[in-house]
Amino acid sequence: MSKIYVSTTVNGRPEDVLCEAHQTLLDLLRDEIGLTGTKEGCGTGDCGACTVLLDDRLVCSCLVLAPEADGKEITTVEGIADSQDGLHVVQQKLLEHAALQCGVCTPGFVVAAKALLDRDPNPDEKTIRYWLAGNLCRCTGYDKIIRAVQDAAQELTPTK
Amino acid sequence: MSNFGYVAPATVEETLAVLQQATDQGQRTQILAGGTDVIVQFRSLDNSHRLFVDIKSLKETNDVRIENEHIFVGAAIPSGVLNENAELKALFPGLLEAADLIGSTQIQGRASIGGNLCNSSPAGDTIPALIVNSALCVLATNEGTRTVPTENFVTGVGRNCLAAHEFLLGFQIPRPSAGTGDAYLRFIPRTEMDIAVAGAAVSLTINHDGICERARVSIGAVAPTPLLVSSAAEALVGTTADEDALQQAAQACSDAAQPITDKRGTVEYRRKVVGVLCRRAGTIARDRALSNRN
Repeated sequence: MSKIYVSTTVNGRPEDVLCEAHQTLLDLLRDEIGLTGTKEGCGTGDCGACTVLLDDRLVCSCLVLAPEADGKEITTVEGIADSQDGLHVVQQKLLEHAALQCGVCTPGFVVAAKALLDRDPNPDEKTIRYWLAGNLCRCTGYDKIIRAVQDAAQELTPTK
Repeated sequence: MSNFGYVAPATVEETLAVLQQATDQGQRTQILAGGTDVIVQFRSLDNSHRLFVDIKSLKETNDVRIENEHIFVGAAIPSGVLNENAELKALFPGLLEAADLIGSTQIQGRASIGGNLCNSSPAGDTIPALIVNSALCVLATNEGTRTVPTENFVTGVGRNCLAAHEFLLGFQIPRPSAGTGDAYLRFIPRTEMDIAVAGAAVSLTINHDGICERARVSIGAVAPTPLLVSSAAEALVGTTADEDALQQAAQACSDAAQPITDKRGTVEYRRKVVGVLCRRAGTIARDRALSNRN
């Protein structure tokens, strides 16, 4: 069966690629477009390492078929830092709190935490923990990550 | 030759034509909504060739229509989107809470109640909540549409009444009358993101004299399919839905359950817990009903 033409936008950049029907969006990003920041953890939607934004909604890119990306806007971890301003505050705070070790879960946490702060710049700890419950970390542990996100929120809403 | 395909038809007619043609040619089709079950199963259990038919581009499967007599909820709407709809949440808090129990933020960006039903797991959390709200499944067929009560949709573990050339458009749910409240509770050994050991949904209507005049009770994860338990409803109708009546409804649920023993729980445990869940969900539904009496 012939390949499927997909015209999509990744981090604001138009991308025209060919894919197979049974490839995932994660395969498309990593293998066809060359954006390897997004990681594959479990491949079954449990770990959140492959988290991206698909038309502004948080999804596991391992559970999206590549052809579904046609006409959609995708944001990956590569689209979070700003070429002018440098790291996003969430990234900066993860660094400052040493909230990563092996780093495989980090891109997913960055994308998910930024999406939360875009919706709610001042979330309480419970909200942060529930929002990030779909992102698993096997080495750092969650406490440093949660503190880093709280600190990022504090910086975004200093009156807190 | 690789025989994977993907199409995202723009209309119901086109979708039906694609399904019919594939069926006629002996090609396997797979309806795709949020994909949170379909893609996992495809990647882990059965990766055989098929045509993915994505129904998310259809107007009908994304529609929410809140009308005087009925509410229509499209089959493919992600639960995260449904839970941002304050009007729906006020009408069917139990159903939306059931949807909100399933999966992480990421999963809720994709998973739909239509998909939860069509996956037809005994433990699908939204199914008992749809059943107690008397939701009718609206199926697209070559003849137009046909409706199936949700309690008759699932026919076995992972099996349902959809024919190969049909698909689910959405749900038509009667607008709850004044004094109606619903609730769904499940038991899992963790705090979230797990599969129900047992679940129970209750919807009650309580009149101005404080008497329950309508009740529906449904249980999940304790039989091959979610069950509508009319004996539990009968135990509630005509009462004030007090502790005694709720206890009788709970017993009826325990009696109706036909659970299995597996890694999530034993027959005895599930039988007991499903009754407890019925009683507790009944209490929440009753309190919601009382506060909805205008």
